[in-house]
Amino acid sequence: MIRVFLPSQLDDYTQGKRELSLELANGGSLADVIAALDNLYAGMAFRVVDEHGRIRRHIAMFVGEVMVRDLSVPVAPNDRVQIVGALSGG
Amino acid sequence: MSILRLLVGTRKGAWTITSDGERSVWRIEGPQHLGAVVSHYVADPRQPGVRMMSVGSGHLGPSVFISSDFGASWREATTPPAFSVEPDGVERSVDHVFWLTPGHVSEPDTWYAGTSPQGLFRSLDSGDTWQEVLGFNHHPDFFQWRGGDKDGTPDGPKLHSVIVDHSDKNHLLLGMSSGGIFESFDAGATWSALNSGVAMDFYPPKEDGSEYEFGHDPHCLIMHPLHANRLYHQNHCGLYALDRSAGTRWARIGDNMPREVGDIGFPIVVHPRDPDTIWVFPMDGSGQWPRTSPAGRPAVYCSRDGGASFLRQDKGFPTQQAWWTVKRQCMAVDGMDSLGVYLGTSNGQLWGSVDEGESWQPIAMDLPQIFSIEVEATP
Repeated sequence: MIRVFLPSQLDDYTQGKRELSLELANGGSLADVIAALDNLYAGMAFRVVDEHGRIRRHIAMFVGEVMVRDLSVPVAPNDRVQIVGALSGG
Repeated sequence: MSILRLLVGTRKGAWTITSDGERSVWRIEGPQHLGAVVSHYVADPRQPGVRMMSVGSGHLGPSVFISSDFGASWREATTPPAFSVEPDGVERSVDHVFWLTPGHVSEPDTWYAGTSPQGLFRSLDSGDTWQEVLGFNHHPDFFQWRGGDKDGTPDGPKLHSVIVDHSDKNHLLLGMSSGGIFESFDAGATWSALNSGVAMDFYPPKEDGSEYEFGHDPHCLIMHPLHANRLYHQNHCGLYALDRSAGTRWARIGDNMPREVGDIGFPIVVHPRDPDTIWVFPMDGSGQWPRTSPAGRPAVYCSRDGGASFLRQDKGFPTQQAWWTVKRQCMAVDGMDSLGVYLGTSNGQLWGSVDEGESWQPIAMDLPQIFSIEVEATP
């Protein structure tokens, strides 16, 4: 199972749920994780990934401890994926 | 007795401020979407109770929310405005939806949206799904029309002031900051510039003495709701009027403003029953371009003669040390017999006048930075 951790900025989509587990058949990529999340919470993907598949500027995504900027990064069955609202704004 | 609501979009959410036809007592309700950047919050005059809201965020991507019950509940667009890949391979991304306009009265499910960076979008299903107006976004000259990102506002170049001519559903106008004013007579399939006579003094003069056709910086464009030939616009380089029945060249009516005040600003509104009556809120466009009330003394200027002369209206406003900025969507009128005029400031103050600008009263003083004001009136 892939463990996914979500930021408070997505509470409106998840009704406050910040942690869940996903299963991807035969593993997959971070893009597959985002697609699975959008299936659970319609509209979420476009808020964190733009129309050309790029992670939005003020969103960070981690696979394990590594911050990634590319959704093609592979995600293994036991990986930890975390989406973070970047430390920006005012 | 009618109910009057001011729909207020701010940098930190949306508020609704309600009164009756007397407009003496106002009730502030909200916030909705607390923390979200609400660039525009618009009522649908074609369908009472329908509202649309542009919702952005410091972190998340842009979206649009729709209500059919006067804002009691909201649903998100399933396909918000988004750019396709340009013909030359450029991949632009919508940063925020800046402007929302209901379509023609004969097309009750149609809406238009302007975005940052500049793009024009249309929904044919009451805001649920949005498509690009490709005749504009993919026009071969599009990237020549608009200035680069350096010519945009500090938070990005805007497409704004989307207007649907009440007398012709296929006649659309819009402004780009920067880029200029453009119009279409075929519902967005083809476009032409409408900038003749408008100064562009942030560019070097052309050697042959001719004018630039596009690249201008209109801040806010309006069309009179009854007289489609009467257009006004507040530009980065002055205040202009255009009477289409007399030609296609803008006249700089801002030359009739007091010289010490100037004719720079962002918003402009017109009296819904009198095409000669307009209000503007001038701001300081000198030196470092502070974009604040000239000399720290805020005032609205009203013209009753189409811009031939202007009258200062500041009764009730602070008389000194008030450095207000009023953004381009932050003035509105309410359509009542004694017309109400409203303005919202970047320091979160909402002011109203129920006597056509003669005197002003505070309505809300401690909102977040105000991005837009729209009026919703119901019987």
